[in-house]
Amino acid sequence: MLEIEIDGKQLQVADGSTVMDAANQVGAYIPHFCYHKKLSIAANCRMCLVQVEKAPKPLPACATPVTNGMKVWTKSEAAVKAQKGVMEFLLINHPLDCPICDQGGECQLQDLAVGYGESKSRYQEEKRVVFNKNLGPLVATDMTRCIHCTRCVRFTQEIAGLMELGQAFRGEHSEIMPFVEKTVDSELSGNIIDLCPVGALTSKPFRFAARTWELARRKSVSPHDSLGSNLIVQVKHDVVKRVLPLENEAINECWLSDRDRFSYEGLNCASRLTKPMIRQGDSWQETDWQTALEFAATRLKAVVAAAGAEEFGALLASNATVEELYLAQKLVRGLGSDNVDFRLRQTDFSADAVSQGAPWLGMPVAEIADLNRLLVIGSFFRKDHPLLAQRVRQAAKRGLKVASIHPTADDWLLPVSARMQPKPSEMVAALAAVLKAVADAESKSVDAALTVLLPADMPAEAKAIADMLLSGRQSAIWLGNFAMQHAQAATLRRLAQEIASITGSSFGVIGDAANSVGGYLAGAVPATGGKNAAAMLSESLKSYVLLNVEPSLDSAAGERARAAVAGADFVVNLTAFNSPELRAISHVMLPVSPFTETSGTFVSCEGRAQSFVAVAKPQGDTRPAWKVLRVMGNLLSLDGFDYNDSEAVRADVLDITAFPVANLSNTLDGLTVSGSAASAGIERVADVPIYATDSIVRRAPALQRARDGAAPAAYLSAATMTSLGLNAGDAVEAKTEQGSARLVAKADDTVADGCVRIASAHETTAALGGLSAVVTLERV
Amino acid sequence: MSARNLILADLDGDRTWRLQDYLARGGYAALKKIIAESTPPADIIAEVKASVLRGRGGAGFPTGLKWSFMPRSFPGAKYLACNSDEGEPGTFKDRDILRYNPHSVIEGMIIAAYAMGCERGYNYIHGEIFEVYDRFEEALAEARAAGLLGDKILGSDFSFDLFAHHGYGAYICGEETALLESIEGKKGQPRFKPPFPASYGLYGKPTTINNTETFASVPFILRDGGETFLNYGKPNNGGTKLFSISGHVNRPGNYEIELGTPFSELLEMAGGMRGGRKLKGVIPGGSSSPVVPADIMMDCTMDYDSISKAGSMLGSGAVIVMDETTCMVRALERLSYFYFEESCGQCTPCREGTGWLYRVVHRIEHGLGRPDDLDLLNSVTTNIMGRTICALGDAASMPVQSFVKHFGDEFAYHIEHKTCLVPDDVQREGSKIYVGPSC
Repeated sequence: MLEIEIDGKQLQVADGSTVMDAANQVGAYIPHFCYHKKLSIAANCRMCLVQVEKAPKPLPACATPVTNGMKVWTKSEAAVKAQKGVMEFLLINHPLDCPICDQGGECQLQDLAVGYGESKSRYQEEKRVVFNKNLGPLVATDMTRCIHCTRCVRFTQEIAGLMELGQAFRGEHSEIMPFVEKTVDSELSGNIIDLCPVGALTSKPFRFAARTWELARRKSVSPHDSLGSNLIVQVKHDVVKRVLPLENEAINECWLSDRDRFSYEGLNCASRLTKPMIRQGDSWQETDWQTALEFAATRLKAVVAAAGAEEFGALLASNATVEELYLAQKLVRGLGSDNVDFRLRQTDFSADAVSQGAPWLGMPVAEIADLNRLLVIGSFFRKDHPLLAQRVRQAAKRGLKVASIHPTADDWLLPVSARMQPKPSEMVAALAAVLKAVADAESKSVDAALTVLLPADMPAEAKAIADMLLSGRQSAIWLGNFAMQHAQAATLRRLAQEIASITGSSFGVIGDAANSVGGYLAGAVPATGGKNAAAMLSESLKSYVLLNVEPSLDSAAGERARAAVAGADFVVNLTAFNSPELRAISHVMLPVSPFTETSGTFVSCEGRAQSFVAVAKPQGDTRPAWKVLRVMGNLLSLDGFDYNDSEAVRADVLDITAFPVANLSNTLDGLTVSGSAASAGIERVADVPIYATDSIVRRAPALQRARDGAAPAAYLSAATMTSLGLNAGDAVEAKTEQGSARLVAKADDTVADGCVRIASAHETTAALGGLSAVVTLERV
Repeated sequence: MSARNLILADLDGDRTWRLQDYLARGGYAALKKIIAESTPPADIIAEVKASVLRGRGGAGFPTGLKWSFMPRSFPGAKYLACNSDEGEPGTFKDRDILRYNPHSVIEGMIIAAYAMGCERGYNYIHGEIFEVYDRFEEALAEARAAGLLGDKILGSDFSFDLFAHHGYGAYICGEETALLESIEGKKGQPRFKPPFPASYGLYGKPTTINNTETFASVPFILRDGGETFLNYGKPNNGGTKLFSISGHVNRPGNYEIELGTPFSELLEMAGGMRGGRKLKGVIPGGSSSPVVPADIMMDCTMDYDSISKAGSMLGSGAVIVMDETTCMVRALERLSYFYFEESCGQCTPCREGTGWLYRVVHRIEHGLGRPDDLDLLNSVTTNIMGRTICALGDAASMPVQSFVKHFGDEFAYHIEHKTCLVPDDVQREGSKIYVGPSC
């Protein structure tokens, strides 16, 4: 500990602290621009100059290490003179166009200029003008306003992992720019808007939409991935205008992924369903809630009575709230059915028979910093979990070693020290090889049920992964979305569990959606032999209730899911959006609130239950889904639908104060495993692209224009392409048992040989169905 | 006190840069002696300390002391860098050392590496003297072939390899940490210090950076003794130094003299003032050092302490001599433009301030000056000085402050009369080059 005196206040700070750290500790504000607690120290803005005893010159607080007995004055005449001197320099070339600048009112330069700037400038020459750069559809630029603090440069390099911005040229001609006309394509790019202390980088979708002081700031939770990022949703006249991160060091720190930040555009899209609608023949009639609900209840009751409860089921979105999922399953069970599921992209449900709780990450997200070994199995990690990957990236800088077992070798922008790249059908064999390697190395026996899977000999890559895990002090093994959607997901889980147990690793499932954990806790899965999602979608039931589900895009079955639902006699659709597909398959559409217009709860991958309230009034006649389900329960004369608020519903599911929540377990003891099924032909590796995960994101135009929003193509390694006689750029017809899609073949050596990567969750590929299937490719 | 050649000794042949020639001049004797006797590194550093050799790049920091900062027992890589990024207007001594006596630098670096336990060295050569880079590469090849450089030097256990690296002409890369960034392949921008290079230098490893001339002085010190070197100069200002004399003298060029030699002697060596005209002012240590008026300069001796007492700096030893035909406003305008163009743009005061200074001086020179411009120049320079990461901010400010201080009447005349105090035709006659109308 070091003694320091700041502005007359004595305090002790940890060794290695800077004057800025010490000042923060006593609450002495030192003006600054380039300093940011999450970024490296640049010391280039010089705004934080302070007076230090015995120092001949003012020193930058951000970069000056505290020495024992140091005396610092942050507001002395000398300090303020230096700060005002710097402010004058910052302002001479700054346009001072605050009235037309989007940053006005939330601009650090504007704020500090009030305290440190003069009322008129001594600089009377022409000001510098800098041409704007096109950074893509998300970040708008006004580079003339840039003060060269390089926060954005350091962010792309240090946090996002790729130096997409740099400072080119020298001196007064310096410009922040992307590398030769490129755009900034990071999935975390929006954070540079928050970081920019002036109006040089602003939000393109939000441009000129509102002034900061017109906006109400309300807390919420992101519905797009399993991390549960905390949001500040900014609302004007009940319209969501912008989303910013709510700092939570345990979850999203001070960052947001672009998906969390810009998805709000989907909430305000033209295809929002705002009135209840009933189908009459082939046409749709708007109606009132009373009529729609009575129609839905009456018809549902009649169809269930006629066809039997087992011919009725519910398909629920995995980003529905705990309250919605709980009431939906209660309604299904009240009507005598057990056909309910929210895991629409899952294909192997054999784990359900031996599951002891909801699969979860197995550790708090904040403890990723302490890991020194991590094996990620079956995951498009960076695009599936942008901020989780960011945490792993930071940990990797401090010595965390990461391994991957996955058919593609996408660049996670962090060092991957060991890798296996099996075809989808070889995933089980790959994992079994790693299991054998760790068991051999530790001389431990493998559970008898798994020995059948162990290979006779194992590849060097498996040994490398095993060695990496075993050399660790604190290790973790995670299953990604691809593994959980795999046709042998349960076996993969069981094998990973065994590897974790032998290596002493923490073991977890990352989860693909906001309520991947909460859905289990709410009981939105079959419990007494009912049909799971795959069963409900492979053959038509007589009636369905859908909650925010677009079957062809949100399920593993693709087009076949749409056909299955379309084959029902009666479909009640609770949905926030209207679309041709939904109109074609539904009989009544009830407009329900997206997350911004309802109260609810998500349980994140680390088992953290986070409740939120509505941040805006429901659009049109939209109603929160939990209220709609409650009234439907009443109309169907079911017991236990007398809730007055969503908290009461939640109380029936979980204890909000517990962390982690109860009933979490990844253990699959007693599972009957299945061996690898050898496959002939090219196997499809299907990702769910980052901007196709759910119905809101798919309707956010700016995200769709981003590089990651590009239409699917057929990505093949050069070797695979040669073996098929294809060339990059060829138009190809991809065919599966289910259907076909026309795509462009593109070379991508990150895809395992013998595989083709074709994205799902997109209308052009929905006809292909199954996420992992044998595909034939023909040139057309 | 007079001319004495240690670094430039016996450079009379046509191929003085060849190894053979250098060996004939007694080159590599110091290194051979060290290797043969396995001289303890501490003794070498003590010898350099005894010589009171001060850094020849401009700052004048005692070299022996700098070397002693290197954590010799630090495990892992340590680096040595030679700063030949001679970009300051008026300075051209390192170019001639590398051109005519490159092996003195190589030998100096090998000895330094031996003393500090460095295994790799880089000589960062200014981008605008490419033929010197080529010649240095040739010299390196000769040294390697002779077993003087590389693995197991002269059959000992000591290995050291040295590489030439050429910059692209940015003045800022002469700042030692910007130079390291540039070697690392990054944009040449100074680093904030601390940490200093001795603890966190090239690739994050302990690194020592010295000027070309500093290294070139080392072989002599080790061969003939630090005491001998010191005695050529005066106390606290050991040895000889090269001065690059330019401007209004009859024989501009590099002159190696003992430190402490009177300026008047140096001026005489350079052939005296051109056309017998009167001396007006001298920039004694490269363009960033404050200008010294003639009468003060004529009383100075050429060493760190004397020039410092005169309110300037010995700097790199680039002596810019200006006679009575010089318009001091025009001279300052040129210097300010240089610093405006060469600021790296990292810190606010220098990025914004150097342009501002240039524009104000420019408008004074061009008849658009305002009565309060001199106060403005003083105020802006005060706001730049001492508030930036590196010394470029100071380097840009010192000429402005000193020109305004010593030649304020010329500036005032410009502002009032919108023309030079020194008539254009006199300027033209003095410099023998075309001088456009100033106003």
